[in-house]
Amino acid sequence: MIHSLFLINSSGDIFLEKHWKSVVSRSVCDYFFEAQERATEAENVPPVIPTPHHYLLSVYRHKIFFVAVIQTEVPPLFVIEFLHRVVDTFQDYFGVCSEPVIKDNVVVVYEVLEEMLDNGFPLATESNILKELIKPPTILRTVVNTITGSTNVGDQLPTGQLSVVPWRRTGVKYTNNEAYFDVIEEIDAIIDKSGSTVTAEIQGVIDACVKLTGMPDLTLSFMNPRLLDDVSFHPCVRFKRWESERILSFIPPDGNFRLLSYHVSAQNLVAIPVYVKHNISFRDSSSLGRFEITVGPKQTMGKTIEGVMVTSQMPKGVLNMSLTPSQGTHTFDPVTKMLSWDVGKINPQKLPSLKGTMSLQAGASKPDENPTINLQFKIQQLAISGLKVNRLDMYGEKYKPFKGIKYMTKAGKFQVRT
Amino acid sequence: MLESNKDSAKLDAMKRIVGMIAKGKNASELFPAVVKNVASKNIEIKKLVYVYLVRYAEEQQDLALLSISTFQRALKDPNQLIRASALRVLSSIRVPIIVPIMMLAIKEASADLSPYVRKNAAHAIQKLYSLDPEQKEMLIEVIEKLLKDKSTLVAGSVVMAFEEVCPDRIDLIHKNYRKLCNLLVDVEEWGQVVIIHMLTRYARTQFVSPWKEDDGLEDNEKNFYESDDEQKEKTDKRKKTYAMDPDHRLLIRNTKPLLQSRNAAVVMAVAQLYWHIAPKSETGIISKSLVRLLRSNREVQYIVLQNIATMSIQRKGMFEPYLKSFYVRSTDPTMIKTLKLEILTNLANEANISTLLREFQTYVKSQDKQFAAATIQTIGRCATNISEVTDTCLNGLVCLLSNRDEIVVAESVVVIKKLLQMQPAQHGEIIKHMAKLLDSITVPVARASILWLIGENCERVPKIAPDVLRKMAKSFTSEDDLVKLQILNLGAKLYLTNSKQTKLLTQYILNLGKYDQNYDIRDRTRFIRQLIVPNEKSGALSKYAKKIFLAQKPAPLLESPFKDRDHFQLGTLSHTLNTKATGYLELSNWPEVAPDPSVRNVEVIELAKEWTPVGKAKKENSAKKFYSESEEDEDSSDSSSDSESGSGSESGERGESGEEGDSSEDSSSGQESESGSESGVEDERTAKRNSKPKGKSDSEDGEKENEKSKTSDSSNAESSSIEESSSDSESESDSESETESRRVTKEKGKKTKQDRNPLTKDVSLLDLDDFNPVSTPVALPTPALSPSLIADLEGLNLSTSSSVISVTAPVFVPMKTHVLLHRMSGKGLAANYYFPRQPCIFGDKMVSVQITLNNTTDQKIENIHIGGKKLPIGMQMHVFNPIDSLEPEGSITVSMGIDFCDSTQTASFQLCTKDDCFNVNIQPPVGELLLPVAMSEKDFKKEQGMLTGMNETSTVIITAPQNFTSSVILQKVVNVANVGAVPSGQDNIHRFAAKTVHSGSLMLVTVELKEGSTAQLIINTEKTVIGSVLLRELKPVLSQG
Repeated sequence: MIHSLFLINSSGDIFLEKHWKSVVSRSVCDYFFEAQERATEAENVPPVIPTPHHYLLSVYRHKIFFVAVIQTEVPPLFVIEFLHRVVDTFQDYFGVCSEPVIKDNVVVVYEVLEEMLDNGFPLATESNILKELIKPPTILRTVVNTITGSTNVGDQLPTGQLSVVPWRRTGVKYTNNEAYFDVIEEIDAIIDKSGSTVTAEIQGVIDACVKLTGMPDLTLSFMNPRLLDDVSFHPCVRFKRWESERILSFIPPDGNFRLLSYHVSAQNLVAIPVYVKHNISFRDSSSLGRFEITVGPKQTMGKTIEGVMVTSQMPKGVLNMSLTPSQGTHTFDPVTKMLSWDVGKINPQKLPSLKGTMSLQAGASKPDENPTINLQFKIQQLAISGLKVNRLDMYGEKYKPFKGIKYMTKAGKFQVRT
Repeated sequence: MLESNKDSAKLDAMKRIVGMIAKGKNASELFPAVVKNVASKNIEIKKLVYVYLVRYAEEQQDLALLSISTFQRALKDPNQLIRASALRVLSSIRVPIIVPIMMLAIKEASADLSPYVRKNAAHAIQKLYSLDPEQKEMLIEVIEKLLKDKSTLVAGSVVMAFEEVCPDRIDLIHKNYRKLCNLLVDVEEWGQVVIIHMLTRYARTQFVSPWKEDDGLEDNEKNFYESDDEQKEKTDKRKKTYAMDPDHRLLIRNTKPLLQSRNAAVVMAVAQLYWHIAPKSETGIISKSLVRLLRSNREVQYIVLQNIATMSIQRKGMFEPYLKSFYVRSTDPTMIKTLKLEILTNLANEANISTLLREFQTYVKSQDKQFAAATIQTIGRCATNISEVTDTCLNGLVCLLSNRDEIVVAESVVVIKKLLQMQPAQHGEIIKHMAKLLDSITVPVARASILWLIGENCERVPKIAPDVLRKMAKSFTSEDDLVKLQILNLGAKLYLTNSKQTKLLTQYILNLGKYDQNYDIRDRTRFIRQLIVPNEKSGALSKYAKKIFLAQKPAPLLESPFKDRDHFQLGTLSHTLNTKATGYLELSNWPEVAPDPSVRNVEVIELAKEWTPVGKAKKENSAKKFYSESEEDEDSSDSSSDSESGSGSESGERGESGEEGDSSEDSSSGQESESGSESGVEDERTAKRNSKPKGKSDSEDGEKENEKSKTSDSSNAESSSIEESSSDSESESDSESETESRRVTKEKGKKTKQDRNPLTKDVSLLDLDDFNPVSTPVALPTPALSPSLIADLEGLNLSTSSSVISVTAPVFVPMKTHVLLHRMSGKGLAANYYFPRQPCIFGDKMVSVQITLNNTTDQKIENIHIGGKKLPIGMQMHVFNPIDSLEPEGSITVSMGIDFCDSTQTASFQLCTKDDCFNVNIQPPVGELLLPVAMSEKDFKKEQGMLTGMNETSTVIITAPQNFTSSVILQKVVNVANVGAVPSGQDNIHRFAAKTVHSGSLMLVTVELKEGSTAQLIINTEKTVIGSVLLRELKPVLSQG
């Protein structure tokens, strides 16, 4: 399976390597660098690169390439999914996953990697278990460790590994028992020039933060479970119960986890909460172009739209832009040609707009395509699909937990073609 | 610092060393100093030393040996974590000298009590194998042993080891196949991927192809074609009824929930399994899950899209509903964009092409020119595939010729060339237009294409062609090689058609070509000169020069680059790379004849096999030796004493209340049996049933009979429903807690540690002993257990009854079907059901029912599902998944589970199609509410002794003596009821044992032969109602000749 792992930063330095079988020379990464060079952007580096003796499978996250070296046939998704799991684990351990953080915690990283794979086959990937094996570093623990010389390696086999609930550790204790669920929905949409929707779909997740003592057994039911078209569960969810009753029944892992991700069927019409009015024009003769965007609320169910952010990749011919926003701030990077406008809240009475001119490269012909506008926004307290949690019950424990459910709608890949 | 006495200093030193290793710096000279610390007490130091050792042991073999003794000691440590990690490190040290030590350690660890250690042993197998392949034989033995392990923790790792060491030893899988299928859901996700891939290969070698033409089931002689897609495979016409092997079905069914996994690799693995081994009609369900994966990271998208691309070539319909999910966003990386385009092209058809073309228009304008070019090719492919839009596409492409971007124009030219080649007529205008473009386009491929096009059509554009040649002759020297070749071609063609105008020009070009630097061009020049310029030497060939150059050229086929990938198993690395990766294992073609399915049967208690009626091969097949023994939970050993004390008192209570209920039932049933008219009906019915097995093949006959018996059934049901209500009220009280606890035990597999599991503590202790014997849906072969486990199991008896009860495979499965819905009343939809007598996979308390749906209309019946249910209180039903559509003459078999609560009450529900709803009923014959159990004669007598008095019913049978041979009695009894035979010491007594599906109460049947032609039939059971009904059913059967 996985032979070795190399971590490569964006400037092409290998800053960490780990081998699970015989050592593979880091020169194998030269093939990767070659491919990296060929691809203009980091995103375009192919995830699978064959070399004469090895295969390099890579993922690119947080500006770091995680390159796994394998030697024999293996399902590529297996490796890719695992690498993503590694990144998630690092994030879970250190808060962020970046080059300096990994360098600072190289020993913990090494220990974690050692536990995650044995001979290239995943051993423990549940973060609940890993954290019992190797305690995540905290400031307090670092201080204590240096004084007492104690370690952050657990000496007991986490019971979860052996029990039938491998995702939960035993002996969890909290004084405040609480369970929070965030229903987050993202709208993926493509809006065409005239403002009509080309495609729109809703992808949702339920992220949970459960801090409950003991072995609670939770059930979560929805008012309208039929909305959910396609779902994927955390392994803790009992599939049969869902099949038969459309109820989520599970013994939760401790801490943060993603309970469920779902897809709202495409048949349902998706309410698009914002509209963008745009007027972007280039003229053949002059070296100036006009630029004007207005963002406004559409179907928001009475909620305010927050955190609006407009980004757009301008054509190469654009040299600079002089724009004035009615609210928020904007920046234009003349090198990457990226325009971004941080709008903030939308006030329906006074719609935010961004107006101005673009200066174009003199003599160059006008770009034949107008830029697409990418939109980000957030709406609190609203699940745009109309999904509602009916109730949450707990069995198996005596205490009364504190329960909370939050809804949020966000823009996913929301594009407006102009 | 490593020499320091303080742990903290050592730790610090080790951390620095590990830091060096991580950066790839050489730290090998520190080896002696580090190795000393291998015995350190501090666990963190120890771990870091392990890390170091594993990294450098290969380079410093002699020194590494110093550490071995430490590991050997640690292998005996009481802490399983330490044992496991010692094994891990020991096996990771790649020093050939210690191979024997490793082998020994693996052997020991594979018998370890801790599944965690066993899992590590499975990993160690692979390591040892890569170190020393000569150990293969020994390792296979260990693998064989570990494959029998029933821990979900081990399963994934050992299958991995199997794949690595001996993927061809498929015979090792047979016995474990069902276990693996059943465990699959509970295995950790990485193991799932490996197991699914392995089982896919397995299934392809062991089962016959389910890809058949959809014929109705009535049509017993079915043609058995290989699917259209597999045209390479020789079509094979064999007249044979296709019935899917139940094991094949088991695999498909058990993997389905995994489509909902959060792990993309698992979803993909299931998808490829469905693709490769499921019937075509069922493959559709994977598309939704695959489309879901597209929301994932770009790498996952990339792989999934590749696989979808391959699938969409073969079966467009699968992904057509998700067309819009493949629309391209400007923020996608280029590789994703191209893949999406590819899929869109594959999905294009007459209906959606106009929307697609509109979408393509936006893509063409994309800033990503590489992508725009790919779009143009796509348009070209759509144009060739769908003739309706060829003209529109062509016009659109011509418009693009005036695009400002060179790459776009060039690509359009190339595509137009291909399109025109397909329809050479009347496109003179376009050619002229393109000729004009020659001045502005600089991309060689495009120029070459235009030249070729002009040359090919030079007769249609007589004025332009020579002019173009003139221009080209001027710039010949500065052209690209590709263009030069085409100029030569053009010259030659013009020379042949219009030699008057172009003779000199061509000769000039040929001269230029003669001295070109490129040998290819020189070669071509020489060839053309010889061919077209007439001279003495040129032989017969020059006469044909015109034919050679101006022959009709077949139009190119614009094909998908994914066309040739389908011979690789989906989801594999080889598929992604489109080359065979090292270690890729070919997916074999379906065998024409399925290998003997009985190899998967786990050995049942011998006697059951002996009793199986001989000469009925069909029965033998269908009698699946599926559950040989109810599995005791491994973990429960710690808690057994616990639960016993807890449940003892409770079960006593329960028994009391049960008896109370029973007594009332008893009286009512007594009344019932008195009413003569009804028993008459009853007799008639059973008589008919008895005649059934003979006419088994004659299904039509059987159907009629069923109908009749059904009417009598229903009259019976009415009366029995009254009596049952009392028993229901009894079970109602605990039904709540029961469902609760069942959920817990079942879904969590092996969770019975009540002390750890407070959930069950207060509510469900009462029931635990009730369903533990039924246990998890895991088939566990007795001989498959390692001896130590058997020993474990023996000490595990939870309650009194479970000591003797173990569910066995049904001795015999009657193929009798009952009509659920007649085709006349179902508007063409006919449904039959029968009881496969298998433990239900949906729940331990359910009876499995197989429903065969037939479409007798000439139209598709869509969306067949179960609508409203009208079930008596306490009864539960697990419905089958809705069937999207059923082709005319098609038939499909689905399985359901119904918990009848040990009563013969009718389960009424609605069978709905898209348009209609039909009310249907299933009423179980009492014999189907049982599961056979195996027990010894001694146990039987013991149990019988406890079930006397009012729990006993008996009757006298009178019949001819020839009916009293043991085989005849066995045959008759098992025909009526799903019971297991108990070995008997006496010739004149035959015993059968079973337990009820819902409550697990024992049902003991004794046939004692008396003097002459009489016999006594005794039934002992707590459930007296069922007992008496069964008695009534058995009596006429046994009395008959």
